[in-house]
Amino acid sequence: MTTNTEWPLWEVFVRTKAGLDHKHCGSLHAADPKMAVQMARDVYTRRQEGSSVWVVRSDQIVASDPSDKDMYFDPAEDKVYRHPTFYKLPGSVDHM
Amino acid sequence: MYTQAMDTLRDEGGDKPALRTAEEAQLQQRFDNRIDAGDFIEAKDWMPENYRKTLLRQISQHAHSEIVGMLPEGNWITRAPTLKRKSILLAKVQDEGGHGLYLYAAAETLGTSRDQMLDALHTGKAKYSSIFNYPTLTWADVGAIGWLVDGAAIMNQVPICRCSFAPYARAMVRICREESFHQRQGFDSLLVMVKQGTDAQRAMVQEAVNRWWWPCLMMFGPPDDQSPNSAQGMRWGIKRVSNDTLRQKFVDAAVQQAEVLGVTFPDPDLRWNEESQHWDYGAIDWSEFWRVVGGDGPCNRERLAARVKAWEDGEWVREAALAHARKSDLKEAA
Repeated sequence: MTTNTEWPLWEVFVRTKAGLDHKHCGSLHAADPKMAVQMARDVYTRRQEGSSVWVVRSDQIVASDPSDKDMYFDPAEDKVYRHPTFYKLPGSVDHM
Repeated sequence: MYTQAMDTLRDEGGDKPALRTAEEAQLQQRFDNRIDAGDFIEAKDWMPENYRKTLLRQISQHAHSEIVGMLPEGNWITRAPTLKRKSILLAKVQDEGGHGLYLYAAAETLGTSRDQMLDALHTGKAKYSSIFNYPTLTWADVGAIGWLVDGAAIMNQVPICRCSFAPYARAMVRICREESFHQRQGFDSLLVMVKQGTDAQRAMVQEAVNRWWWPCLMMFGPPDDQSPNSAQGMRWGIKRVSNDTLRQKFVDAAVQQAEVLGVTFPDPDLRWNEESQHWDYGAIDWSEFWRVVGGDGPCNRERLAARVKAWEDGEWVREAALAHARKSDLKEAA
């Protein structure tokens, strides 16, 4: 019974305080962008959890395919030399 | 608030039969391995159909419980004894609405629409926790709900924070963080009544506790030996702790708290068991539980009617908001 009268779905991102990045925290239904921002504030920041809110229409998000997850993110697995711990240095300079 | 273990009431037949293809068997194997390893399942990951159905039912019932749960306490917002208590109650009832929204959103990731879920509630197809079919006769009932009903809900909900279905687990983490204020404000409100109130007010507290005690014990769902599908829920990492274990934990905590308040519970069989190191309690009247679940509690009709009326009265608002949004889009495009 999906009807065309249902308000569209929005994803909500909240910045908890200045200096931090926006983090996805959930979704909600709203008729338009203005209402979505206002409802995001009411639903997701009732205890001062946020200093900034982003909302994005859920159908506008492009995502990687979860069934390809292993294959898609595999290529980085054998590139251990991308991590600092790969390099064993003499103790006297190891803090670099 | 919480939806009780009604997800265990209907036989879903597990996830064994009807694996059609080798590919599906492989997917099932990979899913089982992930559950065994304690991994989380995300909404877009492959999952057995019955896992999806069970979760969808449990999460939507949980959401309905939050929304219907706004009604018994909402009944007292206009009559709260002080401005302070009114502000607290407003914040709590608003929280319950928020919790319902987190949970509807989690359920929607499983591939159902909000309208479908609301339709199931309004037509009586979906259940909500039977506790909300009891009335709030006096102001003390509001405090008793906070202390006992939310206390029982917290016991029930904390283990769901580790549920294998990640969107549900994330919603529960958020809810549990907010829920502790609910129980504390209820206890605080009763404490003021018993410490600073009149004899009549103290009697009011005791009567409210008498009314809520047994329905609260029922919130944990049927006894373990009568919950045939609990094992499947445990296997899937949806259920983490058994109904009876949680119920016992609640009783043990509540007895201590009741002492501080100076109230008693209406159970002559309630006594300390030295051997088990737990409080024994009397037999629960499960016929009452099934009657209320089945629709014949003190307030079932009233609660459902209130939800349906709110939905129908709001129809023109929902339509108008959409029409306004479309018009604004057109204006912007022009």
